[in-house]
Amino acid sequence: MKTFRIGGVHPEGNKLSAARPITIAPLPQVAVFPLGQHIGAPAKPIVNKGDKVIVGQMIAEAGGFVSAPIHSSVSGTVLKIDTIVDASGYAKPAIYIQVEDDVWDESIDRSADLVKIEDRPELTDKEIVAKIQNAGIVGMGGACFPTHVKLSPPPGSKIEWVIINAVECEPYLTADHRLMLEHADEILVGVALLMKAVGVHKGYIAIEGNKPDAIDLMTEKAQAYPDIEIVPLKIKYPQGGEKQLIDAVVGRQVPAPPALPANVGAIIQNVGTAFAVYQAVMKNKPLFERVVTVTGKSLAQPSNFMVRMGTPMQQLIDLCGGLPEDTGKVVGGGPMMGKALINTDVPICKGSSGVLVMNDKEARRGQAGPCIRCGKCVTVCPMGLEPYLLANGTVNEMWDLLEANQITSCIECGSCQFTCPSHRPLLDFVRIGKSTVTGIIKSRVQSK
Amino acid sequence: MTNKLIVSLSPHIHSGDSIQRNMYGVCIALLPALLCSFYFFGLGAVVVTLTSVLSCLFFEWFINRFLLRKQELTISDGSALITGLLLAFNLPSNIPLWMVVTGALFAIGVVKMTFGGLGCNLFNPALAARAFMLISFPVEMTTWPVAGQSWATYTDAQTGATPLSLIKEAAKSGDASLLDQLPSAIDMLVGQTGGCMGEVSALAILIGLIYMLSRGIITWHIPLSIIVTVFAATGIMHIANPAFASPVVEILSGGLMLGAVFMATDYVTSPMTHKGQLIYGVAIGLLTVVIRTFGAYPEGMSFAILIANAFTPLINNYCKPKRFGAAEGSKK
Repeated sequence: MKTFRIGGVHPEGNKLSAARPITIAPLPQVAVFPLGQHIGAPAKPIVNKGDKVIVGQMIAEAGGFVSAPIHSSVSGTVLKIDTIVDASGYAKPAIYIQVEDDVWDESIDRSADLVKIEDRPELTDKEIVAKIQNAGIVGMGGACFPTHVKLSPPPGSKIEWVIINAVECEPYLTADHRLMLEHADEILVGVALLMKAVGVHKGYIAIEGNKPDAIDLMTEKAQAYPDIEIVPLKIKYPQGGEKQLIDAVVGRQVPAPPALPANVGAIIQNVGTAFAVYQAVMKNKPLFERVVTVTGKSLAQPSNFMVRMGTPMQQLIDLCGGLPEDTGKVVGGGPMMGKALINTDVPICKGSSGVLVMNDKEARRGQAGPCIRCGKCVTVCPMGLEPYLLANGTVNEMWDLLEANQITSCIECGSCQFTCPSHRPLLDFVRIGKSTVTGIIKSRVQSK
Repeated sequence: MTNKLIVSLSPHIHSGDSIQRNMYGVCIALLPALLCSFYFFGLGAVVVTLTSVLSCLFFEWFINRFLLRKQELTISDGSALITGLLLAFNLPSNIPLWMVVTGALFAIGVVKMTFGGLGCNLFNPALAARAFMLISFPVEMTTWPVAGQSWATYTDAQTGATPLSLIKEAAKSGDASLLDQLPSAIDMLVGQTGGCMGEVSALAILIGLIYMLSRGIITWHIPLSIIVTVFAATGIMHIANPAFASPVVEILSGGLMLGAVFMATDYVTSPMTHKGQLIYGVAIGLLTVVIRTFGAYPEGMSFAILIANAFTPLINNYCKPKRFGAAEGSKK
């Protein structure tokens, strides 16, 4: 099996909820929609307090090209436009909607019938991209980059492949795994639509070897699609990183920033995004629900849910048996790159792939010791950097040294800190150094 | 929500690796060689090892507690224990104990703690101490008991020439017949030969190496590059002139195995990248052969490693890992 070439670590899989089918989570009483739940400009609200809304109605429009509209996942009344502390830990503007009944926009096709790509031969690439843009679809693996922007590559770049990221290399998370087992046909149509949108004739769906059932099922279903190939990959973190995935699947390495995957001819989309694309294009359904894994060793019943956006995480945790007494940390996303939450009222957003509950013992970091110069951080770094040097350089404010050693290439995967035998908070330091150096580079460019 | 949540940056999990796991892993890997030294050198080996280990631990504790006034004590991290064991491995088993204590003080006090303790020293403490003792006590440090005497012998043990001194003499005089007096390769592999306590049994050291590789404590780069370099260099010399010992004898004799497996691989004083480690290993191998063949001392391993230690920061500065994307265009 293939994998990426540089570095990588092997955290324990802990896929506790892998065998649990996706169940539909009940509607919340109040749904909250943060306006900035994607990369780029926040969305602008187009509803006012007291307005009645229905499921699928646009409640905020895109704030620019690199932005995405937001649709209501519930029907009811707009309570207020206020702030809420989201997964980033900052208070951000959000629309609050009091849920009343469950009235859907009639243009949404709610039937389970599969619409194949042959059934809609009149669809053009521009139409597909426009539908994706209007449906508010963003990268659902967690990065939340607006999908229509990715599908509009810079002029001059020749796109050869669409690579679907179904790696799910984060421990604990099983949302993509379950989605493939339960919606394989829809995903394949979604991939075909993405390929048509950028005009390529080769699509790959990359799945890690710890999901053999998904590999078998997708391989069987993909036989009807000669252009789509299922690629099983060796288990290694951070294989789901965009650059690592391209290297693993087609053996090309994206050069250092500002180069994009498009520069080497690849466009990466998450498998959840492909499913959302199918729903948006074929079923006229905007992005307002997604699969979320709620998991943790101390939870009574780790599970996978189909959740309406805006549902507070606490409600999902309650469905799994409630927050255990000994809870120390709740993470939005996976344990390697997820964000620790300040409270559990944070709503599910477009990028929420999981909720991880950790007990107090798991939640605490080990006592940091001195660097023993073992070089393990250098060995595991998937970008070929020297984390020990970058951390020390940050402590000593040696910004020139950091820039020369390519600190801006860091993808913040956390492999170095995961591995460090001395429990040094390497990535904490590297983040500080990276943002400082990025700022220095920016101001230098501006002053020219 | 009544209970407060911990908020910290990702990653939220850790591999479970620790300094202790690595350090005590090395100690376990040292066990076969330790038992061999007890077997071949008897009581003397036990006494010298205990003295070395206890004095290293004592100096680490004393300096931390009373000179640096640190609250956290570092003697449990296992690094002083390794220094103590490795220092003992580098000594003859009949050396007076006060010399061992002096060596331990130099290793921990001068080479390690003055630079800032674990992780900060430039040179391998045990090896620097050995070099210091070799210069300070040249007679005691180069009088080796013959292996396999009765258990109780210590200071009154019979002493004899080591394979390396024979090799040196043969090379100097150009008389290849001297090499016939060498013990057989099998004896040298098992350890039935004269020398420092921990270095005589290549087999025991190789078992330790396999253990460390299997647990991921070290990688193959340093030990293999040293051994291959020495084998190749001495092989060429042996073919050119039979008065130089055969490469098999060279890699099995003296401190080569001990140095390649346990000394040169010391985390703190070896390079960080695999490419740097290979350069470092080749440099140590070549320096060892040069010192063994042309230097004043029969053994060159410890000096070779110390010299290479001094180059480690330079190697780290120039040997960067292969950056992602730097080799664009390359296909699998």
